[in-house]
Amino acid sequence: MSFTFPFSAIVGQDEMKLAILIAAVDPTVGGVLVFGDRGTGKSTAVRGLAALLPKMRVTVGCRYHCDPAGGGSACDQCAALKGGLNSKPVKSELIPVPVVDLPLGATEDRVVGALDLERALSQGIKAFEPGLLARANRGFLYIDEVNLLEDHLVDLLIDVAVSGENVVEREGLSVRHPARFVLVGSGNPEEGELRPQLLDRFGLSVEVKTPTDLPSRIEVVRRRDAYERDPAAFTGSWHAEDERIRRRIVAARKRLADVTVPDAALESAARLCMKLGTDGLRGELTLMRAARALAALDGLAEVDDVLLKRIAAPALRHRLRRNPLDDSGSTARVDRAVAELFV
Amino acid sequence: MSDSPVWADATLAAALFAVDPAGLGGVALRAPAGPVREQWLALLRGLLGQAVAQRRLPLHIRDDRLLGGLDLTATLQAGRPVAQRGLLAEIDGGVLLVAMAERLPAGTAARLAAVLDRGEVVVERDGVAQRHATRFGVVALDEGIADDEQMPAALLDRLALHLNLGEVAPRDAVAIDLEGALSQLAVARAVLPRVSLPDAPLQALCAAALALGVASLRPVLLAARLARAHAALFGREEVEADDAAVAARLVLAPRASLLPPEPEPQTEPEPEPEENPEPEPPPEPEPPADAPPPPEGEAESEPPEPELPEGALDDVILQAALAALPPGTLARLKAEQAAQMAGRAAGKAGAVQKTGQRGRPAGVRRGEPRGALRLNVIETLRAAAPWQKLRRQAVGAVAVAGERPAYTRIEVRAEDFHVSHFKQRRETTTIFAVDASGSAALARLAEAKGAVELLLADCYVRRDRVAVIAFRGRTAELLLPPTRSLVRAKRALAGLPGGGGTPLATAIDAAALLADSIRRRGDTPVVVLLTDGRGNVALDGSAGRARAEDDALAAARRLRLTGAAVLLIDTSPRPHAQAARLAAEMRAAYLPLPQAGPQALSQVVRATSVAAAAARG
Repeated sequence: MSFTFPFSAIVGQDEMKLAILIAAVDPTVGGVLVFGDRGTGKSTAVRGLAALLPKMRVTVGCRYHCDPAGGGSACDQCAALKGGLNSKPVKSELIPVPVVDLPLGATEDRVVGALDLERALSQGIKAFEPGLLARANRGFLYIDEVNLLEDHLVDLLIDVAVSGENVVEREGLSVRHPARFVLVGSGNPEEGELRPQLLDRFGLSVEVKTPTDLPSRIEVVRRRDAYERDPAAFTGSWHAEDERIRRRIVAARKRLADVTVPDAALESAARLCMKLGTDGLRGELTLMRAARALAALDGLAEVDDVLLKRIAAPALRHRLRRNPLDDSGSTARVDRAVAELFV
Repeated sequence: MSDSPVWADATLAAALFAVDPAGLGGVALRAPAGPVREQWLALLRGLLGQAVAQRRLPLHIRDDRLLGGLDLTATLQAGRPVAQRGLLAEIDGGVLLVAMAERLPAGTAARLAAVLDRGEVVVERDGVAQRHATRFGVVALDEGIADDEQMPAALLDRLALHLNLGEVAPRDAVAIDLEGALSQLAVARAVLPRVSLPDAPLQALCAAALALGVASLRPVLLAARLARAHAALFGREEVEADDAAVAARLVLAPRASLLPPEPEPQTEPEPEPEENPEPEPPPEPEPPADAPPPPEGEAESEPPEPELPEGALDDVILQAALAALPPGTLARLKAEQAAQMAGRAAGKAGAVQKTGQRGRPAGVRRGEPRGALRLNVIETLRAAAPWQKLRRQAVGAVAVAGERPAYTRIEVRAEDFHVSHFKQRRETTTIFAVDASGSAALARLAEAKGAVELLLADCYVRRDRVAVIAFRGRTAELLLPPTRSLVRAKRALAGLPGGGGTPLATAIDAAALLADSIRRRGDTPVVVLLTDGRGNVALDGSAGRARAEDDALAAARRLRLTGAAVLLIDTSPRPHAQAARLAAEMRAAYLPLPQAGPQALSQVVRATSVAAAAARG
């Protein structure tokens, strides 16, 4: 059994950890894009998330982990079960939230799903073999090196992420199944730029940099070294901290529905987006949802300007229209606008 | 015993790599192909021994061979998909040799880096979903000569040892006694799991990395592992100052990007020197040939170890690293620090991107495998699968009475064929050669800069790359190597001072050189020269208008021979015949700035680069 580096053992990187927690509390925020130099622990943080999430309830035997409570987005078989004349309560079980890796070199047939070749050749029946998107339903899809992803896969992911449904029409198959997942990506800006359409799919974006102060650097190296020498012991020693974070996420999810967003906050958010000139309205929506999730995490009852200020940069820095002649980075522009608006 | 400390270090590096190939990531060896490199490789092979498998990585290897995919023969024979492992899974426990690493495509480097990080190959392709644990070491052979020919940075960062054997003479490349070394290695491998790393050397390595400007933390981790390997090699079970010093020298020094600040004790008037005894430079580690006797227990003949006060260990390690920097580096680093280049745009930070987009997969479609198109087996089989029953009946696979037909052949027809499409993206790199001499500065430098900025905006939209050469005084300088970062381009231009003579010939030659290297990498170069055409500094640096003009025309002819598309923008206040003649000699498009508004300017550049791209095909 392989042990992932514990989430709570990551030194510093507070913005990145916060963004990931928000995405875990409220999946509708839309996912996290982590940009940074090599060697900053981006992949480490995202993989540590999987161990952190509380288990979820799924219908037994469903390939797409459908929610037994329904909620409208069930696959065909589960919908049939619910509408059956017998109406027995569906059997359900708890499984860990899927965090699926989209590895480099993945081909379309494995991502989307395809004809089950083995059954077709040996028994002559047409069966659908689900792909990564099916496995990631109601979970997370992690893309390492987002900049290197091939264009046709990018188009596919955008399409599915928008509609929440994966439609497969190939090799004589016609299958439609739910595919709602949170996209998490990591990448290195030096390797190339992302298309704006893909960039927009991510709710929050964070930039990570290696710490520059000596004590933090020593601590990072020390922990990493200890983890590599004895992964089991190291993971065990951080278990309590991870548990604490998991309880925080669970409590935040319960509180989420009760957090109110006053009109004043809506107005501030709209003003901020207008000032920055973000494209479309997704900026405001993300800002509101993220601020609400942050309020739930901190145990507050309503969203106020302080929360908006904290979450403005991650929510908006990747939605600014690029002015190629403007020297300042996007983060600086957001900070400037925030400082001017929320005096 | 070799006279060359570089060779001695290289020998030590080979031995350390042989102790722990997977843990150290690997070795990046920069040397031209020749006797020195062959000697080192033979040395390494000897040290690794028979037990460790060594395989070569073909440069343009495809994903299905690298990561894993379908075994075509077995699939067709068995009638169901049979997976086969890729090269990276097969080399578990061995060493991967990457030749011509400077030409490695970025995609392959990224896949290699991903596997090195995770310690396993994750295959999700062609109907195969598998995971194979694999740990191996990489020996990357970099044959690049120019400064901008480097291995992909993603891979370079994960290899602990960076060696440069370019300057080593063949007679210095002596062999070592393998027998003794092999036995020492066997002992080292046994001791390695027990070696402990106390906190003090770890802190010292972190401090040294920070002082040398090594940004990423991965090298520090690799240095820690190297220190352990070094301790194991000399039979110790705990890492000491000596081991850390060697690690700093071999791992951190080659990645140094700045000079540490001057040490304070020189300026302190207090009795500091008594508390901080000037630490002796660590003893030169002997090559494994003369195996030093392993220390018996605690008694060691080393400088006063436990009495070294705080910070002195850090200094020791740092001094060791500094001593390893080649002599020119210090001068160069000082010069770079002194120069007012914002963001170190003049340096080679960030490796030049290999396009490697030749052959990026772009989907699979129905079609005949004609010409250069590759048959995609798995999709073809999937298309054929639903029809097997019917086709077998049609073919007449009838069961003979009493005999079971073992008919497992798959009937494939032409309409089932699917081919893989690959995208070949040809990028354009626009080279701006900007005249920053006194004559230009007086008149039009500001306008020229403005024009360039608008052109940069265009390049951003088209996702081209830009490079900037500035010339004034006696030299032409590459201010900005090819990059997509507009911010860096703008910063490089903003800091450009004006004044001095116009070394036109030098500039044209520099542009031609850069265009050539861009073309060799597979991109299309476009040269935009902003000048008033009145050179007054000749190729050898002497002043004199007549010779300068002759040299400029000769250089223009050489630029024409490279075949790059050239645009000459005349920045003189009134169009001068000189500039027009230069443009004719280069066979360049000629555009006088006064008559060109910004829109016309960007249109002309766009037209030039489109024409250039079309001409290349």
